[in-house]
Amino acid sequence: MAALTIATGTGNWFSALALGVTLLKCLLIPTYHSTDFEVHRNWLAITHSLPISQWYYEATSEWTLDYPPFFAWFEYILSHVAKYFDQEMLNVHNLNYSSSRTLLFQRFSVIFMDVLFVYAVRECCKCIDGKKVGKELTEKPKFILSVLLLWNFGLLIVDHIHFQYNGFLFGLMLLSIARLFQKRHMEGAFLFAVLLHFKHIYLYVAPAYGVYLLRSYCFTANKPDGSIRWKSFSFVRVISLGLVVFLVSALSLGPFLALNQLPQVFSRLFPFKRGLCHAYWAPNFWALYNALDKVLSVIGLKLKFLDPNNIPKASMTSGLVQQFQHTVLPSVTPLATLICTLIAILPSIFCLWFKPQGPRGFLRCLTLCALSSFMFGWHVHEKAILLAILPMSLLSVGKAGDASIFLILTTTGHYSLFPLLFTAPEKKNLFLIGWKLSTCLAWGLWKSAVNLYSLSPPGR
Amino acid sequence: MEKWYLMTVVVLIGLTVRWTVSLNSYSGAGKPPMFGDYEAQRHWQEITFNLPVKQWYFNSSDNNLQYWGLDYPPLTAYHSLLCAYVAKFINPDWIALHTSRGYESQAHKLFMRTTVLIADLLIYIPAVVLYCCCLKEISTKKKIANALCILLYPGLILIDYGHFHLGFALWGVLGISCDCDLLGSLAFCLAINYKQMELYHALPFFCFLLGKCFKKGLKGKGFVLLVKLACIVVASFVLCWLPFFTEREQTLQVLRRLFPVDRGLFEDKVANIWCSFNVFLKIKDILPRHIQLIMSFCSTFLSLLPACIKLILQPSSKGFKFTLVSCALSFFLFSFQVHEKSILLVSLPVCLVLSEIPFMSTWFLLVSTFSMLPLLLKDELLMPSVVTTMAFFIACVTSFSIFEKTSEEELQLKSFSISVRKYLPCFTFLSRIIQYLFLISVITMVLLTLMTVTLDPPQKLPDLFSVLVCFVSCLNFLFFLVYFNIIIMWDSKSGRNQKKIS
Repeated sequence: MAALTIATGTGNWFSALALGVTLLKCLLIPTYHSTDFEVHRNWLAITHSLPISQWYYEATSEWTLDYPPFFAWFEYILSHVAKYFDQEMLNVHNLNYSSSRTLLFQRFSVIFMDVLFVYAVRECCKCIDGKKVGKELTEKPKFILSVLLLWNFGLLIVDHIHFQYNGFLFGLMLLSIARLFQKRHMEGAFLFAVLLHFKHIYLYVAPAYGVYLLRSYCFTANKPDGSIRWKSFSFVRVISLGLVVFLVSALSLGPFLALNQLPQVFSRLFPFKRGLCHAYWAPNFWALYNALDKVLSVIGLKLKFLDPNNIPKASMTSGLVQQFQHTVLPSVTPLATLICTLIAILPSIFCLWFKPQGPRGFLRCLTLCALSSFMFGWHVHEKAILLAILPMSLLSVGKAGDASIFLILTTTGHYSLFPLLFTAPEKKNLFLIGWKLSTCLAWGLWKSAVNLYSLSPPGR
Repeated sequence: MEKWYLMTVVVLIGLTVRWTVSLNSYSGAGKPPMFGDYEAQRHWQEITFNLPVKQWYFNSSDNNLQYWGLDYPPLTAYHSLLCAYVAKFINPDWIALHTSRGYESQAHKLFMRTTVLIADLLIYIPAVVLYCCCLKEISTKKKIANALCILLYPGLILIDYGHFHLGFALWGVLGISCDCDLLGSLAFCLAINYKQMELYHALPFFCFLLGKCFKKGLKGKGFVLLVKLACIVVASFVLCWLPFFTEREQTLQVLRRLFPVDRGLFEDKVANIWCSFNVFLKIKDILPRHIQLIMSFCSTFLSLLPACIKLILQPSSKGFKFTLVSCALSFFLFSFQVHEKSILLVSLPVCLVLSEIPFMSTWFLLVSTFSMLPLLLKDELLMPSVVTTMAFFIACVTSFSIFEKTSEEELQLKSFSISVRKYLPCFTFLSRIIQYLFLISVITMVLLTLMTVTLDPPQKLPDLFSVLVCFVSCLNFLFFLVYFNIIIMWDSKSGRNQKKIS
């Protein structure tokens, strides 16, 4: 019996949480999946049946490969397992092929890759200080953090219903953050570099990493008042960091450099022709901008300020992915969005450089970078809000003030993922139940955090 | 942590699991001409809405009793009528007479699932929550964990349609345990009028309430209580059956539909004594019908008589719950025309004693889910059943640390083993035997599941795996019958006095 006890992890709440959410993910297998399912099936087919030189040129399907090379290699490895499930899914010409075995394989691959996410959450829990805590399990910060991350409702919806591979990617990000907390900077930098070459959306938070590593790792000591001590600059560290990034990039982009395909790869990775907003608007600043433009044009037409013939026919609300011109307000170019984003992240970057507060300061800056890029970026997906919610979870278990902000962020963020479940009402019911669940969790955990930290001094 | 917040989370988890499981296929999906239980439910809405009450239970050109005729008491019919009114409001095609046979669409599936979920939400789930909150001598955390385990029990999640009758029965138990005898018995009468299988639970209710009356003194308060209870029972039955009491023929026809004695000892494969016996000796074919009836009647009553008599003589809340279990189990094992799903009638009382004997209850609930394996495979629910079983198991193991509670005291077998040790002094290894039996049982269940799923049965014995599943489950159930009866019979006053002293 003792062996069975150990085997089932009795008393080990972390295993119970991880196993529980994995079982829930298995139950979500028959739910609706979006076109992203076909996207990944197509990429399995491309990487399996075509040589590397064709990967970024293949265009039989409309869902061309637009992730960096490491992800392509990942799909290549997966395809070798896929052939034991259903050989037909690896045919490039089998568009929209979704047999039950294909579905099973793809869903299980997402669930399996989440192992990395579980490991990363475990590492993050080790970085949390759990000393000033009550005896109650549900009040321990480690427990709260595990629930917030493992049972993150947005991740469940996006990965296991809508279908994507964000789980292990966020796992890599959380792992690199954990390594930075544990002062293993080289590993953190390496993991982040690898992550960038899996999915380049993480460029949103690259400034935070760059500035933090430069300021807090390359300068080995500070003056007593916390400002920079220029003499402590360590060339060795800078060079080793640069080497790590260079080697990872070389491994990733090297083959394509040799084939002279870099421009093509970059045009696939950064498709600026896709337009300011995605088909379903992400709730960011440009959505408000577009809405204002629409309202003004309607008013202008009514008050005869505008000539109906001059209005462009393409409408932003038609749900298409293409470039538009605004009617009343000035049109927005990619450069303009970049400038707006840079201005938005400047304050937090300045703080990180001039008044570094260690890993927690870095985490705060990272969250702000993610949020700023979400608000002002070009062609942002709603799913990008997860990039802000997950690091914020780490912050929220530390301070009551952060917990309150987190409550607002997570509720609205998860609510904004609603349009992703574009299907019959039955799925929306699931969403509502799940959303209530996550809101309940967040509220309860916020309450416990407030109770817990009302006794601690403000600030740290 | 406030209790209500955690309880809400538990209820929401239960709802989420129920909803995700309901996204799978339903019984009889896409299988003409008879389809399955889902179609039966839809058909009853059609019948009750379009035909007058007098014709509901009779065979006619409009109402073909061979095609899912109504065979539950009137309250089910009224409930179907209510659903039919809602269906009429949304889409009349769903219940159009004759033309809506075999109607299958996404919208209709959503409607049926929603009615089931609402029924669960209004009746069953509040009963579970209240029951767990009213448990005595248990910490708040354990109460909430108890609620989680009950709500995660796979059997009730996987079997499609609403469990109104179990919800009402649970309210009945709740009422009686909390000394609101009148409300409790009213709730239970409603349960019986919803599905006649609740009669499995009727004897313990009757014996317990009778015992209470005797205890209060038959010449004073007890007699008053007895009269009040009798009035409530009669009144509720009259109210439900009112339209059918107008003519003698009506009542008889309804009774004929409810108790189809012509159907035989058992149908299909069920984890029941008679079915297992049938493997060795074809009693269904050898013995004539009335002999079978008498045989099952006698064996059922003989097996449950000791527990019921003890309940009359020493009524206690704990004895009541355990007697519910053993009575329902006796009925399941020995009764006439038992369906596989009737095991749920036994599982519900076992869920109620989960906090007292977590190890044995968890074991029983796992076996009960396993016994329905052929049915679940037929409805293509393999993945949800495996997942929910594992979730339930993990929840129980984490909440109750069941593997640490296998001592004699924890298994409530202390007084029994003391009595046995008077004759056999070396009888000290009871808990170890039980642990080994558990291991064997679980290994057998897992192996059989794997075999049923992966292998094809040999040509000569196409039902081999179903029969094996039923046989193994039946053996397990017999063991549990003996175990629960031992607990009841050896639960003496001295045992309770010992607890008070220590």
